Amino acid sequence: MSIAIAKSLDLKGLSCPMPIVKTAQAIKELLSGELIEALATDPGSVPDFTAWCRATGNELVEQTAEAGVYRFLIRKR
Amino acid sequence: MTELQEETTSYAMEETAPDKLVIFAWSGDLDRMWPTLILATSGAAMGMQTTVFFTFWGLFPLVKNDVRITGENWMQKMLSTFNRGGTEHLKLSKMQFLGAGPAMMKKLATEHKVASPTELLETARDMGVRLVPCQMTMDLLGLTGDDLIQGLEDPAGATSALLEAKDAVTLFI
Repeated sequence: MSIAIAKSLDLKGLSCPMPIVKTAQAIKELLSGELIEALATDPGSVPDFTAWCRATGNELVEQTAEAGVYRFLIRKR
Repeated sequence: MTELQEETTSYAMEETAPDKLVIFAWSGDLDRMWPTLILATSGAAMGMQTTVFFTFWGLFPLVKNDVRITGENWMQKMLSTFNRGGTEHLKLSKMQFLGAGPAMMKKLATEHKVASPTELLETARDMGVRLVPCQMTMDLLGLTGDDLIQGLEDPAGATSALLEAKDAVTLFI
């Protein structure tokens, strides 16, 4: 079973704190259980997305890195 | 049994951890106002009820960027002459170099796509960060509500600030 991604955010090039800020703003429009994808290039976003998910209770479903782009798949709580 | 206890403990810990962030923004320096606004927007993004109290030099970044001279008397006017308000006119605490320092910092920030203090202040406001100017310093430095940007909370005093800070993570920057 795979659930479609409700929203995808291109945060490439942005620096702290904007990847998190923009994700926090965007996830408000989603329903509980929906998935959001965030693509970032800031290496600091790796620990920050983990911390943000811990703080907010949203679930970091998947985290991958490819060619300098970090991809975070988050399920809204 | 042990598992249940652990679960209860961690739940309780999360419940009692402060979910509020209160920042006292005392400095109007670019290199302090920047992290202040980065932390405030991050706090709001984390769902923390975030408040920034702007006092003393920290008030000047709240002045509208197109307001040049503020104050009633010559002393307050002189203050704003040498310490122009607004997020576009912040100075560095070191390496100011007659304005060359901040110009270089802005160039670097643009290249690295770091959001400017102006953008971060707007974002903070949009995210529901409470931006509270200190009433006493406003009077002292000669700043009126008309000098300051829109969307701020009503000015308040130290007691309101401390009450807000009582059960919050607090930072003095």
